[in-house]
Amino acid sequence: MGDSQHLQGERGGASASRHRTDTTLRVNGKPHQLTLDHRRTLLDVVREDLGLYGAKKGCDHGQCGACTVLVDGRRVNSCLLLAVTLDGSEVTTVEGLTGEGPTGDGEQPHPLQQAFLDRDAFQCGYCTPGQICSAIGALAEAAAGHPSRVTDPRAPSGRAVPLDRDEIRERLSGNLCRCGAYPRIVDAVEDVIA
Amino acid sequence: MKAFDYVRATSVEEACAALAARPGARFLGGGTNLVDLMKLGVEQPVALVDVGRLPLDAVEELPDGSLRVGAMDRNSDLAAHPAVRDRYPALSQALLAGASGQLRNAATTGGNLLQRTRCPYFQDVSKPCNKRVPGSGCGARDGVHHDHAVLGTSDHCIATHPSDMAVALAALDAKVELYGPGGAREVAAAEFHRLPGDHPEQDTEIRPGELITGVVLPAATGGLPSLYRKARDRASYAFALASVAAMLQVTDGVVERAGIAFGALAHRPWRARVAEEALVGAAPTAAAFERAVDLELSAARPLRDNAYKVPLARSLALDVLTRLAEPART
Repeated sequence: MGDSQHLQGERGGASASRHRTDTTLRVNGKPHQLTLDHRRTLLDVVREDLGLYGAKKGCDHGQCGACTVLVDGRRVNSCLLLAVTLDGSEVTTVEGLTGEGPTGDGEQPHPLQQAFLDRDAFQCGYCTPGQICSAIGALAEAAAGHPSRVTDPRAPSGRAVPLDRDEIRERLSGNLCRCGAYPRIVDAVEDVIA
Repeated sequence: MKAFDYVRATSVEEACAALAARPGARFLGGGTNLVDLMKLGVEQPVALVDVGRLPLDAVEELPDGSLRVGAMDRNSDLAAHPAVRDRYPALSQALLAGASGQLRNAATTGGNLLQRTRCPYFQDVSKPCNKRVPGSGCGARDGVHHDHAVLGTSDHCIATHPSDMAVALAALDAKVELYGPGGAREVAAAEFHRLPGDHPEQDTEIRPGELITGVVLPAATGGLPSLYRKARDRASYAFALASVAAMLQVTDGVVERAGIAFGALAHRPWRARVAEEALVGAAPTAAAFERAVDLELSAARPLRDNAYKVPLARSLALDVLTRLAEPART
């Protein structure tokens, strides 16, 4: 009972306002005005407040990559980002990748989503949204000339890095797949590069 | 996680004042380690002062030829910076050997230096740990210590520092820039992290209220051949079991300058001064490298389950030094 009184006390009045901040996030193109408890991670906000269940909570410690989303175009682990720090940012989850189809129904899969389907690049599918968002981020990084650990150190700075299978494997090493679909995930990413 | 106050700072001075005004507050950079430690209950700040948007993300060439890296530059951006790749290759390689693409996009230069050990006893609040709770004991010394230190340990702590980046900074004679209540100052990167001694709760030489504002890579080591090599339990995305960063300047068949640092062997990046002294003035031969590295590693005092680190570190160092001495073969 003492605990519940304490919690109620924290919800009202000055102490609660100290622990919450008004925050604006654009998620998949839509603006959201939120009053956020500072403890809430971006992952919890997109799933629980916005009903976007694509990003998954795997380890919740930045070790598995299932929560990967794009913030201002860069791939990040949404489980380790406090949402309040992202005020004004543009967030893209896997739900935001589908484009307008020929009939304008908004259901055209992103080419990488189609490649995952074509290559059967998953078994249980739990890691797939994170894999796809991570691969999109990785492709953008390579196009911007970001090297990886396996890039030839003599490769010229600032030029797009061509991605072979070793590069794809290294760049996606932050996304675990406990079903072990890695070879087909690499196949799918290769398909969109080719 | 306990509720906390949140302030976003817009200048270094404002950040330091905000921290000083809130005892028990912490600076928040990329959050990749701090937020995790808050989830684990290891860190329980009353407030976070967000320094992630401070205008400290530039990499600038200074008039004296050195390279200044802002503390908020993201690890991925620093690794990709042309001046870093061209002039300080070991730093780029070390950054790319650490963490994952997602983490490197969030992690900052300053935060990378201030990340805490991944010792499982430190990260588990139900276990004894002198670093987390001084005087509570060390669970690792007689427990699970496969990943722990072999150099510079104390009775109180055998943790290692987990950073790859910091190992390269130590070898390259970088300096860490700090700003705090006492003004601005610099500390050599190789001296920035401490050995555990009687106070393993203090990871670094940073003083209360100080903020890392940047890192300076000196002109003198710019453009010298340097390499980073890391051994770990899987091919990617794992902390080092042992690593080495080295730079070598050979002139007329003699080692003129050497900078060697080991990672994952100690509570800080282990600058191998003994090996460097043995090499300077010698011809860069296999025998000279072996003698120098063995002299350095003779100080190792492994425990029951981590003796493998000594020959592993030796092999890494000999490989890297050999390749640096024969640039045509790298």
